[in-house]
Amino acid sequence: MQKLQDIAVRVEGKDSANPPVNHSNATPVMHEVLHSLKQLKERGVAATIDLKSIPFGPGDEEELLHHLGCGEVSIELQSLGKSRICETLYPGVWLIDHYNAAGERVALSLEINRVPEIVKSQPEDISDAIIRLEQQLNPDSSA
Amino acid sequence: MAEELKPITKTLGESLRESGVSRRGFLKFCSVTASMMALPPAMVPAIAASLDKAKRPSVIWLSFQECTGCTESLTRSHSPTVENLIFDHISLDYHHTLQVASGDAAEAAREAAMHENEGNYIVVVDGSIPLANPGFSTIAGISNLQILEETVAGAAAVVAVGTCAAFGGLPQAKPNPTGAVSVSDIVKDKPVVNVSGCPPIPTVITGVLAHFLTFGSLPELDSLGRPKVFFGKSIHDRCYRRPFYDKGLFAETFDDEGARKGWCLYRLGCKGPMTYNACATAKWNQGASWPVESGHGCLGCSEPNFWDAGGFYNALSIPDSDVIRQAAYVVGAGVAIGAAAGALNRSKQAKAASEHETVTIDDLDKRS
Repeated sequence: MQKLQDIAVRVEGKDSANPPVNHSNATPVMHEVLHSLKQLKERGVAATIDLKSIPFGPGDEEELLHHLGCGEVSIELQSLGKSRICETLYPGVWLIDHYNAAGERVALSLEINRVPEIVKSQPEDISDAIIRLEQQLNPDSSA
Repeated sequence: MAEELKPITKTLGESLRESGVSRRGFLKFCSVTASMMALPPAMVPAIAASLDKAKRPSVIWLSFQECTGCTESLTRSHSPTVENLIFDHISLDYHHTLQVASGDAAEAAREAAMHENEGNYIVVVDGSIPLANPGFSTIAGISNLQILEETVAGAAAVVAVGTCAAFGGLPQAKPNPTGAVSVSDIVKDKPVVNVSGCPPIPTVITGVLAHFLTFGSLPELDSLGRPKVFFGKSIHDRCYRRPFYDKGLFAETFDDEGARKGWCLYRLGCKGPMTYNACATAKWNQGASWPVESGHGCLGCSEPNFWDAGGFYNALSIPDSDVIRQAAYVVGAGVAIGAAAGALNRSKQAKAASEHETVTIDDLDKRS
């Protein structure tokens, strides 16, 4: 009887004899990014594409991220787990990669914007910061 | 336990802020929630506004004729922080597989939750209800039918989780020895949401609960009572292998060249064209894969009577390659073929259901 280790394993995409199967699902997303980028330039309208809602085949997501690459700006957020945010090779196109506290990816999206909304300081947090700073500078006056 | 059963007055926004989560963290939570509920990212500000004011609903989970696969699925949700946050803000007051309390204390917890949250709690049901003999399935000596009727009476809504609760599922498969029926066969005066699947996708279960937590209402449903955001499109329409179907490239056996190249599994019995579910995008096991990506056709587990719908490896209809060639000139041909194939499938399915076909070993090795 054939044993498990006797079964030949062929890894696709490792060499030119076994090229990876291309499912071509990355290209339409690139067109959507281009369209959104034009909208941002002409009308100042921002857009977000939820990459987890797109039916990618094996390798499609990697291909898309490979094409977009990483550009000049990288930001790391530490809030309810890590988030990696980077501007891609195309200014105005940001990759937003959210992780939970256990280090598992919980969301992956592209934001077409001058600065991603989540990077901006939020009014509620600014109000909080004023209170805390006041308390630190005048510890006696705090109620 | 008693402390947890007190009515919760704090909103989600308040309690997150108190536990040291910044507004930016809250916005991240909202983005993840939007993605989980399959809502467009443009909805995030609306979700933030609603979640900020959301109050923690009480949830009572009832398990009837089931295999606990639905609970296994739920507890293996792949985004624990988000789920934990949601469960910190949903009061899961009764779930006899998960709760610590047992016996009289467990039943007291259920009664207390029903009393404290009269008219506002959610009942989640997995498993079908046997009507042939109430003794076939009981909890604390109470029949499934009685406990369901009693618990649902004061509920805001019922979520039928899994194909057994939604449509009768496996217990109802021919010859249905227990006289199993679905939740919606019994509950007529409350909104029932069907989250079908065997098991259902974990994020779909939490997505529906998150929708109720966020908006205080139930999501829009299809004709079978399933949330449209998750069940609005067929597996076939969202399948990454769909381009192969449109080109007429099919795997004929599980080990031929087409199978290795990842071509369409239609001829190997894939039920994708008649199955509505979110597997193609939500995927399984931390987004690792899903049946079609693993090289096996869809079984149609989120559809009524999937168990009696003919052999899993019987291609319900073989698309004619000439039709494909002719239709390729028509705009939207793929959709038209899909619809026609779906109609054929339904008639074949009805025929198979009445004749109750069985699968033989030859079917597994079948060549069209």
